Amino acid sequence: MNVNSNTEKPIFIQIAEQLEDKIFTGVFREETQIPSTNEISALLSVNPHTVLKGMNILVDGEIIYKKRGLGMFVMTGAVEKIRRKRKSRFYEQYIAALIEEAKKLQMTKEDIISLIERGYQNGSHSGQ
Amino acid sequence: MGAIQVNDVTKRYKDVPALDHVSVTFELGKIYGFLGRNGAGKSTLINIIANRVFADSGEVLIDGIPASENMAVHDKIFCMSETDLYDRDLKVIEQFKWTKRFYTDFDMNRALTLSEKYRLDVNKRFKALSKGYQSIFKLVIALSLSVPYVIFDEPVLGLDANHRELFYSLLLEAFEEGDRTFIIATHMIEEVSNIIEEVVLIDGGRILAQESVEELLESGYSVSGAAEEVDGYCAGKNVIGYDELGGLKIAYIMGKKNALPKGSDLQISAMDLQKLFVKMTERSIK
Repeated sequence: MNVNSNTEKPIFIQIAEQLEDKIFTGVFREETQIPSTNEISALLSVNPHTVLKGMNILVDGEIIYKKRGLGMFVMTGAVEKIRRKRKSRFYEQYIAALIEEAKKLQMTKEDIISLIERGYQNGSHSGQ
Repeated sequence: MGAIQVNDVTKRYKDVPALDHVSVTFELGKIYGFLGRNGAGKSTLINIIANRVFADSGEVLIDGIPASENMAVHDKIFCMSETDLYDRDLKVIEQFKWTKRFYTDFDMNRALTLSEKYRLDVNKRFKALSKGYQSIFKLVIALSLSVPYVIFDEPVLGLDANHRELFYSLLLEAFEEGDRTFIIATHMIEEVSNIIEEVVLIDGGRILAQESVEELLESGYSVSGAAEEVDGYCAGKNVIGYDELGGLKIAYIMGKKNALPKGSDLQISAMDLQKLFVKMTERSIK
């Protein structure tokens, strides 16, 4: 994990996103404990209140929950929930941005489709 | 709720005003960045809070007790300062023992553990320490006290990158131990921008801003592009500075970002804390 002060994205959102990604990729598994606010704060040299704010986004999104006196744990079903959220954002995050850039470059719809096909071919070579 | 309250403090050195009716509050439980250019009045205010200098008018309250009542606030506040108030001939370990006599809250074991972490030789005399290690020595003392309010005046002066990182992580560790307030006066703005929660910005003896880092970062932004287009966009906005590079113009603007007109080639970006500080304090130099 690391934070970058030189982007538009507030630090607490960066922390929420990175924790979410670690949960999604299985670094922190469901019903296991994630690092404490203090541990993350010391690791990243970030104010503990900022870390807490990031964690609260995941609490509100029902990705993690607090066990009294123990700490934060990953909810059962968190991975599936993250998958659904990411899928629903796929269009605006990738497709819309792709089309916008393609238009600037005066590329046609056919150009893009053939590039996507090429991407899948290359992907299958590398054993994906 | 505890706090250091500075109420309407004014201080003049001969005819030169150093602080001009300054009011500001440092709440318990937060890490503050106390920022200002050289000569802005930072050290004067710190010295008044630490009761080393007297204000001409106004008062400082620490948890409701006047800071000038030395004995009553003694166990509440500690100030690590740039200037050396230590006996240069004493060994580090002896300085620790003296500190223990004056502050019952001084944790000797912690001081020794920290010395080891920083590789500070406790058998050396203060005057034999390098500039960087003199700073480290003062930091070790400040971090070994469990008083609620600690002020760090230029804490990382002369420290190399490794020691600075070590300091910031030890600072956060100490902060998490309980309800306390750290006030960091520093010129290394980028380094502390993620550590501090609130900013107190002083300029020309007046408080220019007291806000959370987040609010402050949202209050300014920059817009760049072709000079004419930038000028058009800036009309009626509070522009605090420009940079120009050939045909490229960058304007720094205070206020809420509003969306760019459709099809505009302008680019809007956030300002980091240091840039914002530079632009906000540049304006006031005459």
